[in-house]
Amino acid sequence: MKNIKVLGTGCANCRNTVALVETVAREKGVEIVLEKVEDLPSIMGYGVMSTPGVVVDGKVVHAGGVPSRSKVDSWL
Amino acid sequence: MIAVPVETAERRKLVRWLLGISVATVAWVFAYGQLTNFADAAVELLGVSRQTRFGEALHFFFYDSPKVVLLLTGIVFVMGIVQTFFSPERTRAMLSGKREGVGNVLAASLGIVTPFCSCSAVPLFIGFLSAGVPLGVTFSFLISAPMVNEVALVLLFGMFGWKVAALYLVMGLLVAIVAGLVIGKLKMERYLEDWVQKILGGQAAHPAGEAISWNGRFAAGLAHIREIVGRVWPYILAGIALGAGIHGYVPEDFMASFMGKDVWWAVPAAVVLGVPMYTNAAGIIPIVEALIGKGAALGTVLAFMMSVIALSAPEMIILRKALKPPLIATFAGVVACGILLVGYVFNLLL
Repeated sequence: MKNIKVLGTGCANCRNTVALVETVAREKGVEIVLEKVEDLPSIMGYGVMSTPGVVVDGKVVHAGGVPSRSKVDSWL
Repeated sequence: MIAVPVETAERRKLVRWLLGISVATVAWVFAYGQLTNFADAAVELLGVSRQTRFGEALHFFFYDSPKVVLLLTGIVFVMGIVQTFFSPERTRAMLSGKREGVGNVLAASLGIVTPFCSCSAVPLFIGFLSAGVPLGVTFSFLISAPMVNEVALVLLFGMFGWKVAALYLVMGLLVAIVAGLVIGKLKMERYLEDWVQKILGGQAAHPAGEAISWNGRFAAGLAHIREIVGRVWPYILAGIALGAGIHGYVPEDFMASFMGKDVWWAVPAAVVLGVPMYTNAAGIIPIVEALIGKGAALGTVLAFMMSVIALSAPEMIILRKALKPPLIATFAGVVACGILLVGYVFNLLL
């Protein structure tokens, strides 16, 4: 089971990212725990500078904008 | 099984992109040449005479909407490609360790081309500081990024010509550079929120940069159009509709009485008026054009526009999470002074 966190302060792009990860996970039938991190100090704690960022199993894999579908595919 | 080598597939894709872009460019140029005809035809089709106020307002709307959308689509595509060469992470790396002065100039310039969304202003701000970018240099970037953006420049160019656009570019950069220098000199680091100061001790992680092909860059340009044009079109239409109303119904020279060159208090009033308003360059420029058509002075109106974009109340609220009130007040004060100066200089020069 993968633990995925989406880092973002709640702008449209962050919501789109969450929705995209959910869709891809459902389509592939992969079980994930999806978390939204909206609290600024925690976001900064990951060292992410441009939101939305994505953390998979504790590792920052993406930052700055909605990731492409193929990229999300590769994480799951 | 005959596998197509990856390289050939990529090359084919590239050819398709280039063909598509060529066709789109020709169509774009043709459409741009037909703007007046289109507006004339649209007004005539509705059976309204251009001699009436309503007809004049409609004509303004049907001329400006496609013009702004065309200009915007073109430039946003190009900027989407340009931005693939820059990223906040790269900009930060270029700025870290730079001295004040050189750093401020570089930061303000990079603000034009670095992809930036006001919702990540705070993470960006802290990310810069934690990489050793001086506070004043960080502010130069933060001021320049929203104010001197491609959308503002292109719209100014389209509506007032290259001189006004160039003057706006230079003045916007100057405000960002000087304001950053002043904030740097004031040594206000202690007015960062405590949690920010704590993070500054730690180090930032970077996701590995990915190599990007030209196919990827073109795709990014297209995605940029979807994102920006998709987001700003309601502002643009609202702005143009309001501009059309002003154009059709407000009497000639009406604005001259209180937004003209000779009204000394008009510039500060415009700046103050701009703070609580929140829109972006795309929404405000059609209004600017209409106001100027009614005798408002260019400097006054541009000061208003800069104030709306660079000194918006919502952005202050976001920044408040990381900055203590004295630093926010200084930031607002310094930028406001800069904009005032720009307003007066424009009024004097033009």
